[in-house]
Amino acid sequence: MELKMFILVLGLLVGSLMPLGGAASSPDTGTGHGGSHGNKNPGNGTTYSKKPFPVLSFDYEHVRLPFEISLWVLLASLMKLGFHLIPRVSSIVPESCLLIVVGLLVGGLIKMVGEDPPVLESKIFFFYLLPPIILDAGYFMPIRQFTENLGTILMFAVVGTLWNSFFVGGLLYGVCQLEGHKLAYVDLLSCLLFGSIISAVDPVAVLAVFEEIHINELLHILVFGESLLNDAVTVVLYHLFEEYSSVGSITFMDVFLGIVCFLVVSLGGIVVGAIYGILAAFTSRFTSHTRVIEPLFVFVYSYMAYLSAEVFHLSGIMALIACGAVMRPYVEANISHKSHTTIKYFLKMWSSVSDTLIFIFLGVSTVAGPHQWNWTFVVATVIFCLVARVLGVVGLTFVINKFRIVKLTSKDQFIIAYGGLRGAIAFSLVYLLNPKHFPMRNMFLTAIITVIFFTVFVQGMTIRPLVDLLAVKKKQETKRSINEEIHTQFLDHLLTGIEDICGHYGHHHWKDKLNRFNKKYVKKCLIAGERSKEPQLIAFYHKMEMKQAIELVESGGGAKLPSALPSTVSMQNIQPKKPSQDRALPQLSKAREEEIRKILRTNLQRTRQRLRSYNRHTLIADPYEDGWNEMLLKRKKMKELEKKMNNYLTVPAPPPDSPTITRARLASDPQAWGLKSVTESIPTIKVDLASPQSPESVNVVDEFSKKGSQPKEEEGGLTMKVPSPAKQRKDKTPDEEPQQRLMRCLSDPGPALVFVSPVLLCLTKVHSRQYAM
Amino acid sequence: MGSFQSLPDDHQYRTLSQKTGFSLEQIAILHNRFKQLSQNEETLRRDDLKTIQDLESNPIRYQIIEAFFDRRNFQKDGVGSVEEIGFEEFLTVMSYFRAPAHRITEEQKEEMRRAKLRFLFNMHDTDNDGTITLEEYRHVVEELLSRSGALGRETAKGIADAAMLEVASISVGPMAPDEFYEGITFEQFLKILKGIEIETRMHIRFLNMDTTVLCKQHCV
Repeated sequence: MELKMFILVLGLLVGSLMPLGGAASSPDTGTGHGGSHGNKNPGNGTTYSKKPFPVLSFDYEHVRLPFEISLWVLLASLMKLGFHLIPRVSSIVPESCLLIVVGLLVGGLIKMVGEDPPVLESKIFFFYLLPPIILDAGYFMPIRQFTENLGTILMFAVVGTLWNSFFVGGLLYGVCQLEGHKLAYVDLLSCLLFGSIISAVDPVAVLAVFEEIHINELLHILVFGESLLNDAVTVVLYHLFEEYSSVGSITFMDVFLGIVCFLVVSLGGIVVGAIYGILAAFTSRFTSHTRVIEPLFVFVYSYMAYLSAEVFHLSGIMALIACGAVMRPYVEANISHKSHTTIKYFLKMWSSVSDTLIFIFLGVSTVAGPHQWNWTFVVATVIFCLVARVLGVVGLTFVINKFRIVKLTSKDQFIIAYGGLRGAIAFSLVYLLNPKHFPMRNMFLTAIITVIFFTVFVQGMTIRPLVDLLAVKKKQETKRSINEEIHTQFLDHLLTGIEDICGHYGHHHWKDKLNRFNKKYVKKCLIAGERSKEPQLIAFYHKMEMKQAIELVESGGGAKLPSALPSTVSMQNIQPKKPSQDRALPQLSKAREEEIRKILRTNLQRTRQRLRSYNRHTLIADPYEDGWNEMLLKRKKMKELEKKMNNYLTVPAPPPDSPTITRARLASDPQAWGLKSVTESIPTIKVDLASPQSPESVNVVDEFSKKGSQPKEEEGGLTMKVPSPAKQRKDKTPDEEPQQRLMRCLSDPGPALVFVSPVLLCLTKVHSRQYAM
Repeated sequence: MGSFQSLPDDHQYRTLSQKTGFSLEQIAILHNRFKQLSQNEETLRRDDLKTIQDLESNPIRYQIIEAFFDRRNFQKDGVGSVEEIGFEEFLTVMSYFRAPAHRITEEQKEEMRRAKLRFLFNMHDTDNDGTITLEEYRHVVEELLSRSGALGRETAKGIADAAMLEVASISVGPMAPDEFYEGITFEQFLKILKGIEIETRMHIRFLNMDTTVLCKQHCV
């Protein structure tokens, strides 16, 4: 049913694309005609024929470009939706294949109508479609694994690509010469150029396919890192051969300059990226008052890094990666949680749309582009590409394994070789060639498209069953636990220490030096406030805590608590039995308090707040509109949570007494609700209970004004108020009069629900005006 | 640097090589370093290790130095610590940081893993009662955060408690309110660190060391 509706919408959309193409020409003639009419009466001077005032007019040219762009983006997004509605197909065929097929269909349709299908313009591709994907990859790159395997990745990227280019180029030249008259005009340099273009593994295609098969992180980072870093090699070879193919020969000097150029291109790109990254990090230090535009800095600085690198013909991809990787640790320490989420989602959204558009346009361009089919050339290309890749990987692995601790097995080698997919970058580079200098451009185009189709379809589709067949290790979805973090850090320090004792300035020594330099100088510059001094372990711990807090709140407490939060063991189980327990309440920085508080406030407060006026410049939490049913549901959940809460008590939970006795006990024992569990670092919950009241008198408003007068200090840690009426409310779940409920709802404060979350904190000052209607 | 007679040391080296698994060149290099640190004496003391400049900034330097003098690390059932160690003990401790050989069986890999984790465990379990108690764990985290001042010390308690809770809930499961979790035993330690590939991470590349450069710096 859903599917049928979806296909209908899609049909309408595609249908609208075509007449618009036709309509594009008619308004032109219309206006031209009108213009000529007007000119027919020049002599009459001011007497123009009065036309009736146009109530409704059609002017498509006006909005043509943005309209068509939006239409394409919409088509791409709807396609993406569609694939996930068809479950069976999406599990067999990777998305990229389906998108190319769609592109072929759309291109075919457009051609049938008689229009010229749009081709994937290189400029659009390199300036608008490629950067989001690369930025997304660079920003979220796992730095630790990348640097651990950097040597291997560089070997594959540089040496592997060089090998591929020369092997394919050289052999193709041989084939062309052997073939005879039809291909004899293809000279060596053109072949080498072609070889260099086609041998680069494409990051877009690799990402698209590998994301769906979930292989282990080592292989993923190897193939993906290779696809990113070979950009520099491709750029240099491309320019080298392009420049000199018109001249016809290359000397040793040119080769030497080429090597120098390679170093300049790659290192230059990285330096440019790093500079922009540092600028972005520095800027983010001052954004604490204008949180709304924080994500914008990340995007704009990265894009500028890309464009600046392109100005000098440096490697834009490497600049983008360097920018993202450099700025990330500092920016994340500075920006708010919401901005972080925004950046993540915008990057994912843009890269997803880009990726879809690229594949669709590849399909359309296939239908559109000028083709010149030559059996020998194309088949030879495909075969040589495969052979070159396999030989290259095997040979390089043999050398690399001598230096690696974790050797690459033959299964790994197979996946690396098989995962060398080609994609749109190669296509665009060929498209950029000047037909005058390269008369065989169309043949190249055809060959490239064939190779791309082959790798994406055949290799893309079969890699998933092969991975399962070979039982390649898959990605482990485990969350990083606090124990692992502690021991990883311990191990790092231990290894550095042992290296120092050995007198060996090794890998760990330099890493440690870099970390210390980072902490001492760089972090102070680039991170605002006291977070610059926060050691990594504490930062990790706080992040984990916050994540748990949000998870818990979002799950409403009714569902199972996140697994990292041990719900079955409490502090009393591990504290050695001592009569007087020292309950240290560690200090928490105000900024951190404020942030956590804000998160909980926005999620937990279920009050009927007066709607504040919406201001574009401030982000205020949406007031949460409650229904009566939800209210009841929440009370039920609160009850369940209370049961779980008992685990966190350091004092054994009281047996389920009557409400009055329980209340009395709670009132008398101020420590009863002390939640000394996981969250001791986030200083909390010293609970002062309000005086117990009889269940009937629910004078909630008075309650709060009373509490509001009690003095609170921020430094002493956060205190939490547990209003006893909350407990009463739970007991009275089923049989409450609507009127009482109404009163309570209207002045129902957040804290009543806050206390339920074992993770903590609350508003120290109860602002009665916040809760009054 | 003093010269050494090659013949007796050669024989010595061979036995050591068999015992610890190092190659002869590696043993020679390490012997040089040992002599450098101990100022050409036969035995090494704690103070000798404390003179290493780079070790000053390491937050867990005391534990590392202690590990060299801990009998458990160089004897099968050793207990307690010694005041000075000879080259053989030095080498034995170093052998915990060797990388696994290229082709080893799963069993050997597991054994190596256990040995390395045992070394780590001994570093934490200072009173040698077979478990890492809460106090000991707290001490570990405090040392790690020792460079962060007051904030570190307070938070360390929280972190250590959280970590302990995690281990307890993973290993023991639900516990009644009056049960007491003694501490992390070695088996539980193995379990929680399963995610980290210890055998490949805990290693130093020994072969490329050039101690002659450092001699100029450290020779007094």
